[in-house]
Amino acid sequence: MTGQDFAAIAPHLVLTTGILITLLIVSFWRRPPLIAAATIFTLIATLIATIASSNNLPHAIGEFLIVDQISTFMNVLFILAALVTTVLSRSYLASKTREPEEFYILLATATLGAMTLVVAHHFGALLLGLEILSISLYTLIGYPEEGHPPLEATLKYLILSGVGSTIMLFGIALMYTTTGILTFESPATPLAAGSQMKVIFIIGQAMFVSGIAFKLSLVPFHMWTPDVYEGAPAPITGYLATVSKAAVFIALLRYFFNTNAAENGAIFAIVALFGVASMIVGNLLALLQSNLKRLLAYSSIAHFGYLMIALLALSRLTNQEMAIEASLVYLAGYFAMTLAAFAVISMLSSSEFIGEEDRLDASDLEDYAGLFWTHPVAAIVLTVAMLSLAGIPLTIGFIAKFYLLMAGIGGALWVLVWALIIGSAIAIYYYLRIVITMTRQSSESPRTAKTLEWDSLVAAVLLGITVIALGVYPQPVIDLVRSLLTTIG
Amino acid sequence: MSLSLLIFALFSGGLLAWFSERLHPAAPRWVSVAVLFAATGYLTTVWLAGPSAEGLYAELNVPWIPAFGISLKFAMDGLSLLLVALTLFLGLVAVASSWTEIESRTGAFQFNIMWTLAGVVGVFTAMDLFVFFVFWEVMLIPMYFLIAIWGHENRRYAAMKFFLFTQISGLALLLAILTLAYVNYSISGLLTFDYEILRHAEIPETTARWLMLGFFIAFVVKLPAVPFHTWLPDAHTQAPTAGSVLLAGILLKTGAYGLIRFVVPLFEEAAMDFRFPAMLLGAISVVYGGYMAYSQSDFKRLVAYSSVSHMGFVLLGVFAWNQLALQGAVVQMIAHGFSSAALFMLAGAIQHRLHTRELGQMSGLWARAPRMGVVTLFFVIASLGMPGLGTFVGEFLVLLGAFQVNVTLTVVAAIGIIVAAVYSLSLMQRSFQGPENPDIAAMPDFDVRELSVMIIMAAALVWLGIFPQGVLDLSEPVIAALGVAL
Repeated sequence: MTGQDFAAIAPHLVLTTGILITLLIVSFWRRPPLIAAATIFTLIATLIATIASSNNLPHAIGEFLIVDQISTFMNVLFILAALVTTVLSRSYLASKTREPEEFYILLATATLGAMTLVVAHHFGALLLGLEILSISLYTLIGYPEEGHPPLEATLKYLILSGVGSTIMLFGIALMYTTTGILTFESPATPLAAGSQMKVIFIIGQAMFVSGIAFKLSLVPFHMWTPDVYEGAPAPITGYLATVSKAAVFIALLRYFFNTNAAENGAIFAIVALFGVASMIVGNLLALLQSNLKRLLAYSSIAHFGYLMIALLALSRLTNQEMAIEASLVYLAGYFAMTLAAFAVISMLSSSEFIGEEDRLDASDLEDYAGLFWTHPVAAIVLTVAMLSLAGIPLTIGFIAKFYLLMAGIGGALWVLVWALIIGSAIAIYYYLRIVITMTRQSSESPRTAKTLEWDSLVAAVLLGITVIALGVYPQPVIDLVRSLLTTIG
Repeated sequence: MSLSLLIFALFSGGLLAWFSERLHPAAPRWVSVAVLFAATGYLTTVWLAGPSAEGLYAELNVPWIPAFGISLKFAMDGLSLLLVALTLFLGLVAVASSWTEIESRTGAFQFNIMWTLAGVVGVFTAMDLFVFFVFWEVMLIPMYFLIAIWGHENRRYAAMKFFLFTQISGLALLLAILTLAYVNYSISGLLTFDYEILRHAEIPETTARWLMLGFFIAFVVKLPAVPFHTWLPDAHTQAPTAGSVLLAGILLKTGAYGLIRFVVPLFEEAAMDFRFPAMLLGAISVVYGGYMAYSQSDFKRLVAYSSVSHMGFVLLGVFAWNQLALQGAVVQMIAHGFSSAALFMLAGAIQHRLHTRELGQMSGLWARAPRMGVVTLFFVIASLGMPGLGTFVGEFLVLLGAFQVNVTLTVVAAIGIIVAAVYSLSLMQRSFQGPENPDIAAMPDFDVRELSVMIIMAAALVWLGIFPQGVLDLSEPVIAALGVAL
């Protein structure tokens, strides 16, 4: 490896070093605030390294990794999301576990996995990143020691995620048998159409895509999502919904971009089917939920269904940058609004709020009755997040949806565009139901006198402001993303 | 530039009203009144200054999202001026009508009123389709909160229904707008949402037909025309008085405005092919709305259905697409703004006093509250289309214009005027006349505040009926510029 190679993966190296140092600290001084501070320090150092090393990109490291502006953009998002999650966890964990130190370290390793996924240009790198991410998440989901929901959630995630990985691996193996290629490239001489090799290759590719669909919880591979979202600690649910899914999506996007996988009719049809089914089924099932975390689980299924429009538009648009641009803007918006929602859930889930009852989080819709009048700031942030997820103008969610629609219309993906319209129409009902619940006068409200933790509140408010500010004036984000794409790898 | 100031004043006035609640619970009302008076004053100066050479009273054009050719382009021509004036006036009426009715969370209430008004002013002046859509949605959310928080017993259901109807049709509108922009982009290579440019885009015929439908559905739901009207009676019945006033007086007009400004001018050929079904919907709305109004026993529901009937004339007039009918539609919009707002205020005033909207429990109110009786009689007469009042001018012109296009439908719609007489008089009879209901204890009559608001609105209707030329002069050049034949 050359010096330039090291410079390109400096963020990963900084993060790894930081994790190792924090591990050393933890073995000498077990003090939660110290570890949280060390994690925050590591993440900020990684953020600086990411931005500092963003010159001279794209840079390929062998055939294994490719560091480009897309990965830089995503890494910044991941680090910011990890920072928010760390801040939220501080007050949240105080009541859920006696020994929260390793939680922070695992959060950092999960972020390392996500950061590896977005630079992957080889199935090996993809698996490496995916496993670092997943194994950290298994532990994070089951971290709280009280009650059985986290345990159930972590076991479900472990088994189903394992199944997903297995399917994916088998698919990769089939593709490798026919082409002998493990990087994200098409074979130099295309396989003859209709040949046995071609059929095996397509089956392999379909299995790979299905395995990824497990991780993205696209319908019909979505069954684990609501249980895991419900059982996981609230800050981790937010992390799972954003970082983990976005990293996998970007890896898939990179694969589709480099191999033009969607040009094949069968693969196109499969992805389109996953997308449409996710938009419709996800939104329909969300209607039935009375638990906010489960509801957001189904809503995230739908949101990644929407993103399939961008993925398919890649193969249809003459202007491929448009599709990537749409994905990045959408993900940025999705990060802000989803994390804002989970920030509010986390704040209200600390033990002072939910009392000594045997439950993990304030996730029943009833917990939010009258929130507008007891904690107006938290309620406004949650309202903004919900309106943004619903795609109402003047929020980033609308701009994001607008982007997807433009990409879909440009690519003439009419079925998917209509599914998005119908899905959004259904979605308004359940997002508004949450808002309406918060406006309701609640007769008994034990939360009235409690104050919210200041650091979580600041994080939540900043996220809410971001959602509105980027919705009102999106030009800076658009400019940023466009400038990144001029040097696409 | 000054136009943005108007919208900005309403937005920030809303925020100011909300924060002023901390000083004094009554402060938000005064903030709203002050802001609305200032806005009205501004509008008057704009009006007196007269239009520019292009017929615009005010305009603004600054880039917003240049990446997609979106700019904050606003323009106020005669039609917009009329409707913005109506908006500000009815905004004042709404604030006045909620003066004593709303006692809890007055700050948030005034905030929602002001933001609804800001959204509506944006809708009436936006000349960029993207911006138009943004304001179209922005006016919706505060209205939703007005119904959901301060409404009556079944408010959440009504608020949700209102939101779902408008939002779902809004998504069709969004898709149509984006497709229109994209089709224009693929033809001309210019990505823009500018109304003037898109108006002259050469859209293929079949595409134009679909796009026209997308716009049409969004506006017809808002209007509302049968069969998309079912949200209206619920929303009206459950909304607080101020909400009903805004909803009937202004929000319905945004649908009518959309039809006039966008549906026909953007897709003239497709719209003209669609003329018969659209006019048919209009005629059906007139008769069916009137028929349903007659069969209601709830004061507010009755007025709500009468709105469906009155707005049916607008739909009929717009798709007749000639000078007379369009002039009539504009007058009808304004007249209906006043008369429905007044009737909803009356309904609210009665409900505030008697805690019921049931006509069966009223009976003989005249003896208790003669001033209310007189006012009700006046607006009932206005609603049934008495010559000399605004509604008559509107409906007459629409029928005259529509007659040139389709005689049968005009005859059907004309029957609606008879139905209007039936339900209007029955409303009067069941509430204020008849034997006195002994169960009703003392009922205070209108006070000075309520009476003066009513008198102003009555005067406006008389003025509109006797001297409609003022309104016609303002809307005539706009209608001519839209390319309407005589």
